Amino acid sequence: MTNSVSCNKCNPDGSPLLDVVSTAGLKQIAVLGMPNTGKSTFFNRFTGANASIGNWPGITVDLLVAKIKLGQQETQVVDLPGIYDLRGFSEDEEVVRRFLESNPVHLVIIILNATQLDRQISLALQVKHLNLPALLLLNMADEAPKFGVKIEPEQISRHLGMPVLSMSAKYGQGYAQARNLIALELSRQSEPILAGKIDKNVVSEAEFAAEMGALLQDGFLVSDAFKNTLTTKLDRVLLHPVFGLPIFFGLMYLMFQTVYTVGKPLQDWLNLLVEWFKTTAIEPLLSFLPKFPHDLLIDGVYGGMATVAAFLPVIWIFFICMAIVEDSGYLSRSAYLMDAFMERLGLDGRSFVMSLMGFGCNVPAIMGLRVMRSPALRLLSMLVIPFSLCSARLNVFIFMTTALFSASVAPLVLFSLYLFSFAAAILTAFIFKGKYPNQEPLILELPPYRFPTIKQMLLRAWGETRHFLRFAWKFIIFGVVAIWLCNNFPTNVEPASAGTISGTIGQALQPILGPIGINPKLSVALIFGFIAKEIVLGGLAVIYATKQDAGLAGAIAREIDWVQAYSFMLFTLLYVPCLSTVAVIKAESKSMKFALLGVFWSLALAWVASFVFYQGARALGF
Amino acid sequence: MSLAELSTLPLGTTASILGITTETVLEQRLQALGFRVGKQIAVIRKAWLGGPLHVRIGTTEVIMRRCDARSIQVQPDLIGV
Ligand SMILES: Nc1nc2c(ncn2[C@@H]2O[C@H](COP(=O)(O)OP(=O)(O)O)[C@@H](O)[C@H]2O)c(=O)[nH]1
Ligand SMILES: [Mg+2]
Repeated sequence: MTNSVSCNKCNPDGSPLLDVVSTAGLKQIAVLGMPNTGKSTFFNRFTGANASIGNWPGITVDLLVAKIKLGQQETQVVDLPGIYDLRGFSEDEEVVRRFLESNPVHLVIIILNATQLDRQISLALQVKHLNLPALLLLNMADEAPKFGVKIEPEQISRHLGMPVLSMSAKYGQGYAQARNLIALELSRQSEPILAGKIDKNVVSEAEFAAEMGALLQDGFLVSDAFKNTLTTKLDRVLLHPVFGLPIFFGLMYLMFQTVYTVGKPLQDWLNLLVEWFKTTAIEPLLSFLPKFPHDLLIDGVYGGMATVAAFLPVIWIFFICMAIVEDSGYLSRSAYLMDAFMERLGLDGRSFVMSLMGFGCNVPAIMGLRVMRSPALRLLSMLVIPFSLCSARLNVFIFMTTALFSASVAPLVLFSLYLFSFAAAILTAFIFKGKYPNQEPLILELPPYRFPTIKQMLLRAWGETRHFLRFAWKFIIFGVVAIWLCNNFPTNVEPASAGTISGTIGQALQPILGPIGINPKLSVALIFGFIAKEIVLGGLAVIYATKQDAGLAGAIAREIDWVQAYSFMLFTLLYVPCLSTVAVIKAESKSMKFALLGVFWSLALAWVASFVFYQGARALGF
Repeated sequence: MSLAELSTLPLGTTASILGITTETVLEQRLQALGFRVGKQIAVIRKAWLGGPLHVRIGTTEVIMRRCDARSIQVQPDLIGV
């Protein structure tokens, strides 16, 4: 352990301390670091992964925050966005500056990657010049020996004037000491400190370089080992000019196969369970009710809940896979492999990575575009990402393809939808690239290859599942109940017939949806699918669940043929991303007009694609 | 050997950075990634069809477009890697 240098610095320029009465006794810690240094990994370990989203003076974006007890001390920990430079011009850098300038803290925890200290130490030096109480954790200490890197924390501490420890947030070495050190430093700091205006605090470039050089001279030793690691060997294959791309697409296909082969049986099994519970418990329990409320509760509310349940296995298994892909470092390699192609579409390698993330969920993918500076590049990427076949749509399609196609054909049909998803994205970029020209530079770090721990994978999958349960179920149950009501009002006609609300809406839309093979019944599912694509599946259940005998799959298969079904899926794939995606596009582009452009473009593309497919297939005699 | 642009550095050779001439924003980002005057740099591979370069700077590996690499002037080292 290092001898801790005193950090009880007084408020540097006497600016008034903000109101701390409301949070009396609560000490504030901010976690700061470069991107990809393991801040989130540390934050999760440190706070027990039960963070929520907080609001902060002067800041519009959401930051993760958690309250913990360090010894006896109530403490609030904030995870700041990863930044390269305190003086930087990116949005994240602005956020961090604003946070430190308007929120007094008792301690700043700086997290850097020990192996890359030769460049990352600049951030710690910048913090030093802010005169905030701080300590430095050199993370990923487990990787340092593999790269031939040796660190002298005492030396670094001496140069920085703050305590320094090395640790591994992922595997836990040195973590206990780090926690003790944090508690100790926190106990010494009774008053929170506000950073002064940040630009003023930074010294001249030459002085800074000299300081950095002296520190590294004393505290950072590196041998040539980093030039020949497992990563460099793997890169020779995975970044190969000829084999790189085929391997990449092969691996993606493998992942999708895994989700399908594992997720599908789980989805079926859960469906059976839900159905069994309905017939053995719910139906007998509610049998005293008159028909209308009885059916509303069973087909509407319980049907909606069943839809929610049916989504869980695929979401879970999908995000287990995503955790591996995201953690592996392979995504930035895909940016390298695809950039030449993306450049010709007016995009770049990062747009490609974010589109891949969009296959999980479009919303975080669109928010991830904040790393880009050029507004044009961001806007163009925002038009493209909604075509990524997200896990919600995947769920709907897994169900529909297996209901309507034989077991051997179903995976191929599903795969063809992925191809359409790519094609729509490429076409969109190609059409709009002239409208959004940009000259954004592309400079991206390639981290070493890593594999997540089981715990990391489970945390990720659980986090996404919980998120889905928290937010999606309201939408889905609302949507399914609404569809049920549309199908059953007024009550004096046959459900879902032309006389009901659905029938009326469906008939009204026939001039538009008829030519693409979508019958009036299906139209209503599409309308509510605008809220969230998951509702489409629940809606189908409501629409076709009237006959109890053959189950949903059989009922659908009896009423529409495969050409209609495929046209319906194509339309579902391409038309309007869900409401949340539209909302996030509006928020990120700060333009309602742009969000509407995205909506109309996707609707137009969906209609044209389905029209060409449906009429083409019919013309060919299918 | 004489002064060159990073984008023209042959694979498997190293060079020292002489200067970075670009707009402040990019220069700052490059500095944070380890591109500083005097540091040794190597181009590990170049993607086909005019794709990005894969370079190593210190212990960090980054990819960058060739056009962005043009703003980095280097002095090739006499001895190879
Ligand atoms: N080997 C190793 N990897 C780590 C460690 N801490 C984090 N990582 C990995 O580094 C990557 C980035 O971590 P993350 O917490 O997302 O970083 P952030 O961007 O700073 O929040 C992930 O792949 C982590 O699994 C560590 O101590 N050792
Ligand atoms: Mg993070």
